Amino acid sequence: MNIQLALIPLLPLIGFLINGLLRNKLGKSMVSLIGCGVLLVSFILSILVFIEVKSGTAITVKYFNFINAGTLHIPFAFQADALSALFLLIITGIGFLIHVYSTSYMHEEESPHYARYFAYLNLFIFSMLLLVLGANYIIMFIGWEGVGLCSYLLIGYWFQNKDYTNAAKKAFIMNRIGDLAFLIALFWLFGKTGTLTFSELFDIKLNLLSKLTATDITGITLLFFVGATGKSAQIPLYTWLPDAMAGPTPVSALIHAATMVTAGIYMIVRSNALYTSTGAAITNEIITFIGLATALLAASIAIKQNDIKKVLAYSTVSQLGFMFIALGTGAYTAAVFHVMTHAFFKALLFLGSGSVIHAMGGEQDITKMGGLNKYMKTTYITFFIGCLAIAGIPPLSGFFSKDAILLSAFEHNKIIYGAALFAALLTAYYMFRLLFLTFHGSFRGTKHQEEHLHESPVAITVPLIVLAILAIIGGFAGVPEVFAKGYNYIAEFLHPIVSDKHTGEISHSTEYMLMALATGLVICAIIFAWIKNKNYTASQNNALGKVLENKWYVDELYDNTIVKPIAGTASFLNKTIEKFGLDGAVNGVGKAIHAASRQFRLLQSGQVGLYILLMVLGLIFCVMMGFYKFAL
Amino acid sequence: MIPVLLISVPLVAGILGFFMKQQSKNIAWFASIVTLGVMLYAICIKHCVCNNEFEATWLPGLGASFHIGLDGVGKMLCLLTAFTFPIIFLGTSERKIKTEGSYFALMMLSQAGLMGVFLAMDGLLFYFFWELALIPVYFLCSMWGGEKRIAATFKFFIYTFIGSLFMLIALIYLSGKTDGGSFALKDLYNVQLTLKEQNWLFALMFAAFAIKMPIFPLHTWQPDAYDQAPTSTTMVLSAVMVKMGLFGIMRWLIPIFPDATATAKLAIIVFSVIGIIYASLIAMKQDNVKKLVAYSSIAHIGLMCAALFTQNQLGIQGVMVQMFNHGINILGLWIVIDIIERKTGIKKMSDLGGLAKTTPSLVIFLVIIALANIALPLTNAFVGEFMMFTALYQYNVWIAVAAGIGIILSAVYTLGMIQKIFYGNTNSVTQNVSDININEKCALAILVLFIIVMGVFSEPMFAITNDSVVGLLKK
Repeated sequence: MNIQLALIPLLPLIGFLINGLLRNKLGKSMVSLIGCGVLLVSFILSILVFIEVKSGTAITVKYFNFINAGTLHIPFAFQADALSALFLLIITGIGFLIHVYSTSYMHEEESPHYARYFAYLNLFIFSMLLLVLGANYIIMFIGWEGVGLCSYLLIGYWFQNKDYTNAAKKAFIMNRIGDLAFLIALFWLFGKTGTLTFSELFDIKLNLLSKLTATDITGITLLFFVGATGKSAQIPLYTWLPDAMAGPTPVSALIHAATMVTAGIYMIVRSNALYTSTGAAITNEIITFIGLATALLAASIAIKQNDIKKVLAYSTVSQLGFMFIALGTGAYTAAVFHVMTHAFFKALLFLGSGSVIHAMGGEQDITKMGGLNKYMKTTYITFFIGCLAIAGIPPLSGFFSKDAILLSAFEHNKIIYGAALFAALLTAYYMFRLLFLTFHGSFRGTKHQEEHLHESPVAITVPLIVLAILAIIGGFAGVPEVFAKGYNYIAEFLHPIVSDKHTGEISHSTEYMLMALATGLVICAIIFAWIKNKNYTASQNNALGKVLENKWYVDELYDNTIVKPIAGTASFLNKTIEKFGLDGAVNGVGKAIHAASRQFRLLQSGQVGLYILLMVLGLIFCVMMGFYKFAL
Repeated sequence: MIPVLLISVPLVAGILGFFMKQQSKNIAWFASIVTLGVMLYAICIKHCVCNNEFEATWLPGLGASFHIGLDGVGKMLCLLTAFTFPIIFLGTSERKIKTEGSYFALMMLSQAGLMGVFLAMDGLLFYFFWELALIPVYFLCSMWGGEKRIAATFKFFIYTFIGSLFMLIALIYLSGKTDGGSFALKDLYNVQLTLKEQNWLFALMFAAFAIKMPIFPLHTWQPDAYDQAPTSTTMVLSAVMVKMGLFGIMRWLIPIFPDATATAKLAIIVFSVIGIIYASLIAMKQDNVKKLVAYSSIAHIGLMCAALFTQNQLGIQGVMVQMFNHGINILGLWIVIDIIERKTGIKKMSDLGGLAKTTPSLVIFLVIIALANIALPLTNAFVGEFMMFTALYQYNVWIAVAAGIGIILSAVYTLGMIQKIFYGNTNSVTQNVSDININEKCALAILVLFIIVMGVFSEPMFAITNDSVVGLLKK
């Protein structure tokens, strides 16, 4: 098992090295074969690991010392347990599908760039696997920063475009802000407990967490959460994700929907022992609140976006908000469950949008689409399934996972439940608005585009079909107790690591009622979307519409309150303090000495009389000083 | 025998170079590789039969002797010095240098001086080598530098020279306080001083080191010097010479003045951390890529200085490995910048752009080196920075947090640099640039290999330094 476990991330790394180093020599088909092949093997190995840990065992393997100095011992070690095994399957499985999809989607790229794309993609998978396999926080952090790097590289993949490279830079820097918080949390945790290894920290017998006071727990959990807001695009660090849509669409599907952005959720679930202790009560309230606010904010923005990928990006931010609501209310398995189902349907939706963009010749504006269902049957049907799943129509996957989250919110607080339900309705509305504007009505693009419309090739449609099937049946991994006892596989599977906290008893009738209410309202939202958007007419936005279209002006707010003041300060330091203050002072000293020496030179007049006078004066001074000292 | 070789090989090569100007380049190449070989031998043979110390009479009247020795702290820096020169020769081999005979001779002399600084076990000898390292660099800057070299070099020389004089005064005073007026390091470690004396002497010595590193606000000589010096000299300055300051603090300051250190350390750490943020902010505003790297280096050195004064084992070991790694990374940055400047004649980033299209190999190297510059995990700088931050955190939480802002800002200016130089569309200058040749590829590939290997397997470096650091802390 040791070698198998190491091979899972190593294979993509090897793929990265081959495709990266030989990018000028390999043909496209070879690049595709290597890029997809390594992932398929990783996926198969992941299944083996999954089977191995199913019984509740955890495999820990130490490979070598990563840091070994003084009191700091960080082994390079992997840990595979139920939680990481589940993520392994999602990452390698969906990753594989997206690699296959990319072979067709990126086909028009020049050969070396095509290889570069696959190299980055493989490197991403490697980093993501490190993140979930790491047996301590440092290895996790390596993956954590690594995925950020790959995200940066892939968002800026088309590097000629300045907006794209700006978006890439923004993503990296905003992630770094979160990373700093993560790092400080690590220093804190290490300072108090002396280790960063999961199996030691969370061992009940060692009881290291008892060394932490309530304040420590609050601080550490909050800092971890700040780290998570960066990677998982929550308020206040979410604005990079919509910009990240500059990257190729499969990248958006893989990194910015299915895997990387869920790293924050993984990290918190991994640290659940910290989050369930009493000191974290405030943190959990904050997480719930931020998750809810993000879910609502992003969903409201998504309503008014016309770029197909932007809608999906805000949708992702909003869905991540749902996952944080689950975390904040203690429903860890529900959060992981939603990570999984969301990976299915959001990857599906993104890939579907890619298929549409492909057919439209690069057009992303949904107001210029319409009626595509006639031309792209497979894309349309699978996209439709994705919309049903994300809206939460039973029995598709989104229904079960979202229901679990809403139920947890209901147990926690009725107002939070109400607000979360409202966000779910917004979700149904904007997704079906997207669907209707894109696929229904009449075509609004150019004549040239219309002639060009076609269904995408097999390499694109097959991943869509597979994901659509998963989006339909994925929910049955977590059937709630109210329907059938003992069929909540995912909760059972994750039980050794984490279990949900249920505060209050909710009767089955209430639970049925809540489900019926949510489903009924969602159907109403879909009908409303149909009425509003079946025939697109360009119309002026009202005041609220304008605010939503401009994303609540958050980017502008950040620009004016943070970016510009920092740039201004830097300018001031550079132009004034550095040039005239510090350097001026140094040069001033130089000039003063120069000037003084010019004056002193006058003393050297060659008149012996003056010299003697000065000598005598000097002697008198010395003697006086001597007396002065003596007198003391 | 090894310490003697480390100094004498480059020294002899330098002197020979002046007499045999035609052969100077070959001699320098040969000598620098021999030196590297000797150094690698010294590292690999852990329990060397040969003596790692050497002592000979030198100015007995003054109480000074020619006492040199190689210990763990010196080892890392000697290795860096030995490694830097061949890489510089390789990386800048495409540059045409006028009167190259003297140029190579001076380069070798400065290597001899640097080796001496890291090997000296005697105060006066230390001072001697300290100046010996500086003087060739002065000539290199003033003869092969850019347009404004005279002013920049003059400022650099006077600034550091004043610092050195302060150090000399302190050393002379110290030797007067020892039994029988000795300059030997072990005698200086045992010297008895009143607190007042300690404070004054500490201030004098620290001035020399602080200027050399440099730390805020004594840094203003550096950006101009880096900008105006020939790139090869800038590499010597930034990769090795700035470490003289840190090394001086480690061996010649903290152990001699423990009480004064305890008094001053908070202020020094605070200034260093202010320097991190200050230099990072200014780096964001630079359009001249050389000045950007200069300010970035000031920020990195600030972190090392702060970590050093925490007097925490993790911090000092972090500094030890980081001194080496910073040298590797900044060498890489300068080689890339030199290549760009040579090919385009431009060092203003706003006039560049789109080079990723015309020089795809160069961009890969730069991206990896730049990532090491911002201490991404699995690059060499991460391990050191992580340890230094851990130490700083244990010293004071808020200082660590403030220093951590540097982590974010470093990403801002480093990624900005990549974007401005390499991304975007090509312009009339950058569209005709050819990719790098085999020599440059080799130099950069070696550095990148170091960056990644040491980022993954850092343990050997700790093995080299561990005993010495523990020894230093006991003093």
